[in-house]
Amino acid sequence: MGIFLFFLLAILCVGGVLGMILSRNQAHSALFLVLAFASLGGLFGLLDAPFIAAVQILIYAGAIMVLFIFVIMMVNLEQGIAPEKKRWTLGLSAGLAVFLLGELAMAVRGTLGALGRTGGQSIGSPTELGRLLFTDYLYPFEITSVLIIAALVGAIVLVKKKEKE
Amino acid sequence: MIPVSYFFGLSIVLFVLGIIGFFVKRDLITMFMAVEVMLNAANLAFIALAKAAGSPAGQVIVFFVITVAAAEAAVGLAIILLVFRQKKSIKAEDMRLMKG
Repeated sequence: MGIFLFFLLAILCVGGVLGMILSRNQAHSALFLVLAFASLGGLFGLLDAPFIAAVQILIYAGAIMVLFIFVIMMVNLEQGIAPEKKRWTLGLSAGLAVFLLGELAMAVRGTLGALGRTGGQSIGSPTELGRLLFTDYLYPFEITSVLIIAALVGAIVLVKKKEKE
Repeated sequence: MIPVSYFFGLSIVLFVLGIIGFFVKRDLITMFMAVEVMLNAANLAFIALAKAAGSPAGQVIVFFVITVAAAEAAVGLAIILLVFRQKKSIKAEDMRLMKG
């Protein structure tokens, strides 16, 4: 059952990302990405991280992608951007990607066997996560709030129209 | 009982797909989405390793990564909007101001 769910979610996730890459229309790309992020949330749930799964679906598939869709709406290109004319860049990027995949696979080959399996003792309960956030990780947590304020103010100042114009 | 290495392998595949998307796409918004895919691949690796290590610390890191990604998305999309206002285009090859 678990393995079936894993492969279903993995195929949905990879398919969503592939759809994002292959789709010509930006709004379709964003919707494919929502699918990929939602199924990634399911994978987090399989990995014993229910809180992160909920955050993934609320923040990523919800808030961030709504932001993307808003910007796509404001930018509003009439026709999609044609794919790259120069074939050699496509071939080069595909070659580089395969090279990188092989390199990463080589790098983790030794550790893959030692990772064990899911199940067993539960680790990521929201209680435990909250306790860690407010004890061991208190300073990063507080610094995050400063970061969010800075990003908020920065984003507003950047897109604000000058009054003189 | 799914082997954790499956999740780790999936995260590698997602990361490489994100890189392919970043290279192949030509508009800034989709390139930005590809960056988000790479961030999520890293998150998946973090959570898989947290499960393998039996410690929730990796999940706390993912929590921070998601927060930083939200801030990054807000500022990045604001910059894309600014670029669009000035150039009336979001193609990556139109950003050649520093090319001389």
